[in-house]
Amino acid sequence: MIGSNYVELLWLTAPEITVALAALLVLVLDLSFLRRSALAMRFRITSLVACIGCILALLVLLRFPAQGELPAGMLVVNPLSQLMQIALLALAILVLLLVSSARFTTHVGEYCALILFATTAMMLLVSTQNLLVIFLTIEFLSLSLYILTAFDKQSRSSAEAGLKYFLFGGMSAGILLFGMSLLYGLSGSLELARIAIAVKASPGDPLLTLAIVMLLAGLGFKIAAAPFHMWAPEVYQGAPTCSAALVASSSKVASFFVLFVLFSVGMTGAAGRAAWGNQSPGWAPLVALLAVVSMLWGNLAAIAQSSVRRLLAYSAIGHAGYMLIALVVHTEQSLGALIYYVITYALATVGTFGVLAALEDEKVDSIAHFAGLAKRAPDLSFCLLIFLLSLAGIPPLAGFFGKFYVFVSALEIADHPGLLWLVLLALAMSVVSFYYYLKVLKQAYVSEPVAGATVIRVPAATRVALWATAALVVLLGFLPDLLLNRIATGLR
Amino acid sequence: MLAWTIYVSFIGAVVVALTPGKSLLVARFTALLTTIAGLGIAIAAVVHDRTGQPFTIVRAPWIPRLGIEYHLAADGISLVLVLLTGIAAVAGVLFSWNIERRVKDFFALYLLLIGAVYGVFLSFDLFLLFVFYELVIIPKYFLIAIWGSTRREYAAMKLVLYSFGGSALVLAGIVAAYVVSGERTLSLEALAHFPFSTHFQMWAFPMVFVGFAVLAGMWPFHTWAPTGHAAAPTAASMLLAGVVMKLGAYGCLRVAMMLFPRGLDPWGFKVLGFGSWQQVFAVLALIGIVYGASIALVQKDLKFVVGYSSVSHMGFVLLGLMTLNQIGLSGAVYQMFSHGIIAGLLFAVVGRMVYDRTHTRDLGELSRIPLARLIPFAAVTFVLAFMASIGLPGFSGFIAELEVLIGSWRSFPWMACIAGLGILIGIAFSWRALQATFFGEPTTTPEQVLPPITLPERLGACLLLASTILLGLYPRLLMDLILPSLNGPLFEQLRQGGWR
Repeated sequence: MIGSNYVELLWLTAPEITVALAALLVLVLDLSFLRRSALAMRFRITSLVACIGCILALLVLLRFPAQGELPAGMLVVNPLSQLMQIALLALAILVLLLVSSARFTTHVGEYCALILFATTAMMLLVSTQNLLVIFLTIEFLSLSLYILTAFDKQSRSSAEAGLKYFLFGGMSAGILLFGMSLLYGLSGSLELARIAIAVKASPGDPLLTLAIVMLLAGLGFKIAAAPFHMWAPEVYQGAPTCSAALVASSSKVASFFVLFVLFSVGMTGAAGRAAWGNQSPGWAPLVALLAVVSMLWGNLAAIAQSSVRRLLAYSAIGHAGYMLIALVVHTEQSLGALIYYVITYALATVGTFGVLAALEDEKVDSIAHFAGLAKRAPDLSFCLLIFLLSLAGIPPLAGFFGKFYVFVSALEIADHPGLLWLVLLALAMSVVSFYYYLKVLKQAYVSEPVAGATVIRVPAATRVALWATAALVVLLGFLPDLLLNRIATGLR
Repeated sequence: MLAWTIYVSFIGAVVVALTPGKSLLVARFTALLTTIAGLGIAIAAVVHDRTGQPFTIVRAPWIPRLGIEYHLAADGISLVLVLLTGIAAVAGVLFSWNIERRVKDFFALYLLLIGAVYGVFLSFDLFLLFVFYELVIIPKYFLIAIWGSTRREYAAMKLVLYSFGGSALVLAGIVAAYVVSGERTLSLEALAHFPFSTHFQMWAFPMVFVGFAVLAGMWPFHTWAPTGHAAAPTAASMLLAGVVMKLGAYGCLRVAMMLFPRGLDPWGFKVLGFGSWQQVFAVLALIGIVYGASIALVQKDLKFVVGYSSVSHMGFVLLGLMTLNQIGLSGAVYQMFSHGIIAGLLFAVVGRMVYDRTHTRDLGELSRIPLARLIPFAAVTFVLAFMASIGLPGFSGFIAELEVLIGSWRSFPWMACIAGLGILIGIAFSWRALQATFFGEPTTTPEQVLPPITLPERLGACLLLASTILLGLYPRLLMDLILPSLNGPLFEQLRQGGWR
């Protein structure tokens, strides 16, 4: 029995194992064979090997899609979780391509290995429905991300960001664990499906309310929803670009997915209603409140930013607000909308950070540094145009359809005009967001470059990553069905 | 075939953007040929289809999971506006012949804008329509911000935020219509026949109408228009006033009024003397007419005069729409066409012929230059354009404004009187602008020379003048398309119980 279980476990976790093995291989390779090589070469080879590891994992996922469940929801591998894993691997590959032209550290192997470890953690995170495993993988992920953030030892801001991230993160992990322990005490089970039964049986229990608040606070930190967002601007600004790209993209994908699963599978019974004039207590009104605060604070604070990375951080908070609307709705369709939104959002974000990575040598930080980018690096600024417009939700780019789908799903619940207030607020805020994205694009396309500015050389790997991402953003905008069909198969 | 207006423009944009080298002529001629091809297709379609009934051009599933289709179709009203776009596009290229900075970017964005505008007029799926509608915004921003003049970055941002704000309202309305109908379709034809509840239409109608009317320059959401027009380069302000504002008016008619006609019904109670959205918007349109004209009367900047006159003339479009009778509505559509041509002409004279030569638009300074003698062609064009603009018989503006006035006389007589007053003020500001610009008292030395009017300018001016005179003398050319459309199946719900 146990033996067969181990075989099954191996089979189910084959993609994760592949990535983890690739991480170990990368470590060994860099520490033993590449010690003497030039830094650039080490970065190139290690990230290439890491990429190959991810591609192998992708192939395993696509060619041998094992499906099954371990007891107590420890591991739930279904087409949906596999879709998420594919997205996470694709994002990891894009980040690794950006890493290949980085130069900021001499601990190359460790850096790439940590990216792979974080990816492994996220892949496990999206394929579990067990509180304990959720917590463990979140911690695994967070620890990797803390180190990745503080990795640039020469930079004070990197260390500062790492420390802040770690302190806030440690605190929120404690809160999350507290909430989980309450939930466990309430239901006597770690499995989400069983918790759901217990939650249904005891509505309005004060302990349950406390658990909900704690869980929302703990996970709200991971998705950078206001008011748990303090770390985001620091990390986006201080962390090495590639780490920030990972934090901003794939960790958001995994965290949103697990947040949705935790609340919609584990606690549907306590959802309540957030409809205008028809509220009832539960987590849905709380999430709606988080969504409102995030949308308002993120988008309004972004206007005042002069640093592009901080601007991206605040806009990420705003986007978290839009995505939380899908959680408020918590229907099957809204899960589909959320997945579509978060994946396309992550793609555009990775792309934007890719542009920033290509400008690393230029010490670009303030929006004013983008002046005349269109002349200095036409393809770079064209990619930036696509990513930012997608984030702003301009059709026919992917970000627009994401928003459209979320809004449709929000209005398509039984008491339909009920959530119209949230949708209208989201629309109003997306107009605001358009302003600050356009501010960056204005610098790139309208302003003249400062005197003496030269043409920027973009490394080939970065260019490949950027064009691939841009192509995906455009393709998914024109043909959303490519992704929608997969999501629908997963949801079935 | 008609779909190729869109494709040709987009292909032209890509070709212009990707042609290597910095040759001015290649970019200009590619743009010119592209727009001429578009105009040719539009004329062929107008000549070929004289019934005005809706017909499908392309219909294919696009996002089947949500029932969204790639559905291009046209009826008489679309055809009229496609024709307008074709004419304005060609004229715009002719009047931007002198652009030398970042020429390729300019024409690529220009053609992108044109393609998207064609797309809006030909989309019969709301999602597709919205995609094209938003696609117009981005090129508009860059055209103004890069090649514009006075306070261009401010004006461009203001314009874009207004448009985006309006389209956010539109999007909310579209999503609501999609969800409420529950038919998993965004096809205009299907939704036009769907019996939405009166309660729903009562709040969906004003939302979508205002959303589109922002772009049509409805008072008090018009403030983007004068600043935007003044800052934009000539071709962009021609397109902005000539075509883009029509997108808004077209959306008001095609989406808001066609889908939610019950939203125009009386509320059953009165607030501040208003009994229905029809009255509210009619009064706003009326304020636009009088207010725009009055402000134009006191402007010092010639481009602002024309900009505010656009607000005033677009007021006639909106007033015509709100009359809800056949003659008023057809007048509104005719006014869309007519104003598109005339505004294009006025901006061409002001921006290209006068400003690019004298480098001033200040009425006081212009009156000191003997412009009528230096560039007589511009003077003649300007006089004719203003005659068309104030609605003298023989020009298209006459037919349009007369119909709107008759229509509003039938629906709300006192408004027709005030709108008539607006026309009078229009005559006054035109007179003032004409006199100051071309017939002032020159003080400069007579030796002053300005560059002569070039051939592209002459061609463009003749094209626009010929269109407005032709349609002023022979309105049936377009009326034969507009009237059957208004009486066609799509507007059945709006006509319910006969025209009011």
